[in-house]
Amino acid sequence: MNEASSKQTLIRTVCIQGGIVIDPGHVNGRADVLIKNGKIVEVGYPLKQSIIQDATAVILDASGWIVAPGLVDLHCHLREPGFEYKETIATGSASAVAGGFTSICCMPNTQPVNDNQAITHFMLTKGQEAGKARVFPIGAITKNSDGEELANIGELVGAGCVAISDDGRPVMNSLVMRRALEYAKAFGVPVVDHCEDLHLTDGGCMNEGVVSTELGMPGIPDASEEVMVARNLALADLTGVHVHLAHLSTARSVELVRHAKSQGLPVSAEVCPHHFSISEEAVRGYQANAKMNPPLRTNEDMLALKQGLVDGTIDVIATDHAPHAVQEKQLEFDSAPFGIVGFETALPLTLQLVHDGVLSLEQALDKLTRAPAQLFHLPVGSLSPGSLADVVIFAPEEEWVVDPEQFQSKSRNTPFGGMSVKGKVKMTLVDGRLVYDAR
Amino acid sequence: MGLKGKDLLTITDLSVEEIELILTTAESLKEVGGRDIKKVPALRGKTVVNLFFEPSTRTRTSFELAAKRLSADVINFSPSTSSVVKGETLIDTARNIEAMQADIIVLRHSSPGAAEHLARFVQSSVINAGDGWHEHPTQALLDLYTIKERKGKVEGLTIVIVGDVAHSRVARSNIAVLTKLGAEVRVVAPPTMLPLFVERLGARVFYRFEDALIGADAIMMLRLQRERLGRALPPSMREYAKLFCLTSERLKLAKPEAIVMHPGPLNRGIEISPAVADSPAAVILDQVTNGVSVRMALMYLLSGAA
Repeated sequence: MNEASSKQTLIRTVCIQGGIVIDPGHVNGRADVLIKNGKIVEVGYPLKQSIIQDATAVILDASGWIVAPGLVDLHCHLREPGFEYKETIATGSASAVAGGFTSICCMPNTQPVNDNQAITHFMLTKGQEAGKARVFPIGAITKNSDGEELANIGELVGAGCVAISDDGRPVMNSLVMRRALEYAKAFGVPVVDHCEDLHLTDGGCMNEGVVSTELGMPGIPDASEEVMVARNLALADLTGVHVHLAHLSTARSVELVRHAKSQGLPVSAEVCPHHFSISEEAVRGYQANAKMNPPLRTNEDMLALKQGLVDGTIDVIATDHAPHAVQEKQLEFDSAPFGIVGFETALPLTLQLVHDGVLSLEQALDKLTRAPAQLFHLPVGSLSPGSLADVVIFAPEEEWVVDPEQFQSKSRNTPFGGMSVKGKVKMTLVDGRLVYDAR
Repeated sequence: MGLKGKDLLTITDLSVEEIELILTTAESLKEVGGRDIKKVPALRGKTVVNLFFEPSTRTRTSFELAAKRLSADVINFSPSTSSVVKGETLIDTARNIEAMQADIIVLRHSSPGAAEHLARFVQSSVINAGDGWHEHPTQALLDLYTIKERKGKVEGLTIVIVGDVAHSRVARSNIAVLTKLGAEVRVVAPPTMLPLFVERLGARVFYRFEDALIGADAIMMLRLQRERLGRALPPSMREYAKLFCLTSERLKLAKPEAIVMHPGPLNRGIEISPAVADSPAAVILDQVTNGVSVRMALMYLLSGAA
């Protein structure tokens, strides 16, 4: 962010008028939002402070729309450094704000891996230069994510990492994971695990079940995720350290976490929109855009994930935005890389839960704002006076068709292309600046 | 009259009428192989490309013979001698072949769904000659032809498929077509070689070979893929052969006129004893003969010459 624009932030007054403000846990109703110097000053209707005399004030009309804290994503892949052909921090950041996300936590499976402060600094700098979504790097658990020696976690946290994770390459050795948890205790950051037993996965590329049997595809059994969920819960119990379980996908995983929480274990869990929106049936036709890890599962699993969101077993919704180039996803299914983009479809897919009566709008937004911010101790996710003015304004009922060619992301790998969805982001603000405008 | 689609990708997608059509056409083309001059001009001037990414002698030869007997021009393309080694994708390889005006591409590939994937990108007719573990539709068609030739019908027969069903495209295609036509299909293998939910494919599961053989009309032996030994799959060939080799003693448990089938190549002494392989019950060589006729029928029907 350059001198001139930061001066503008300091000077500028922004008033969001006419919308319905949902600040989960605090406000839910007709209200205006007053922003000064990049911070929320007041939320209410009518506003107590007058802006009539302020000639430089920017008025944003949000009539008919929802005004919420900018969305917070605890899990994404920005591919830089090393895989810039798939996405860069700049394009990822632009894609994020197009989807309403103002804070994004990016995983360390870059090249080189983010296992040292130089890479962390690089990511932070690139994020600031892009000037759109706030980028919060997540550091590696082990050196080069090899799963053997602990990375310099203290250095990573000191450099700005908000969590550590093995996402991309799970830590198979439980002793290493135990030491990682114990060591991380000193730095107060959550440890995020991608729960997968690579031995059980055994080259699988979709859920192991009826569909994989029919399609003749090697499958990833439920158990591959569940044995590691169970392992991580046991280690959370042993060490007392906060373990955050990434992208849960099976019913039994949800059950295990539910039980662990009832025992008071320090565990949190996330779910990705695709896992509660489509099932393994989407793989039929060998569409590589339906290939991700963990894979799409069964209807029973989808129901359990939704129930987990309802009863709080699952704390947050995250995107696991994982861009891949067109030619990579055009390969035969078993050769194509795992992953789909997610920033620009997460909100409408989540709103479908609201349309289906699974969650209220406030509950759904909570999973994308207050809850993730709180879990990772991020100073965002709220519209309370004094908060950073990160805001998303969206039309909850507006129908549109997902067109991957229109994505802000460099990549197009989504199974939702052509799907008609409801809920469109209209404006996104970071530090009170309009970083995305779709009016 | 011809087939509905431009391709033959799976047997699951073929209707009973289409299957009948292929078999009747195969029957009328079968006598070509018995002539002095084994040729008909049906596909004269057409180009058939065998695109085989996995090693194969018999299937490729069978397709090549079938195309040549129909007077087509045949090109064999195998990746070790080609641009795939240079990193070219399947789609680009195929499009290059299509640009040379190939009418029919016969594809064998190790990825399930490869034929379907390919067919989306080319205008040529694509015949799936085996895509990973998924399907081998022409094998199932020639197996079906052979069973009908010997038994007159398929409906009501008890057919036993033995071996590594989980990794077998021959098994998947056969289970699909035989259940579709009303046979009772039994699969027998160690549990590690049966995919989850195999019953949902329509087969009855057995772990003991002897139990499955009682009352069988046809026994289809699958090749034990030695490359899978050890890694939690059959602990050894000895153990596998002890439990699952079709010997003359075991064959007696089946119906007296039961036939023995095998897609080849045989592992004599492992899944089938030499005595059984060389007995009158074995129709293995008939399968090979019928394979050429069935493939001729298929290419004839797909080429629009029909």
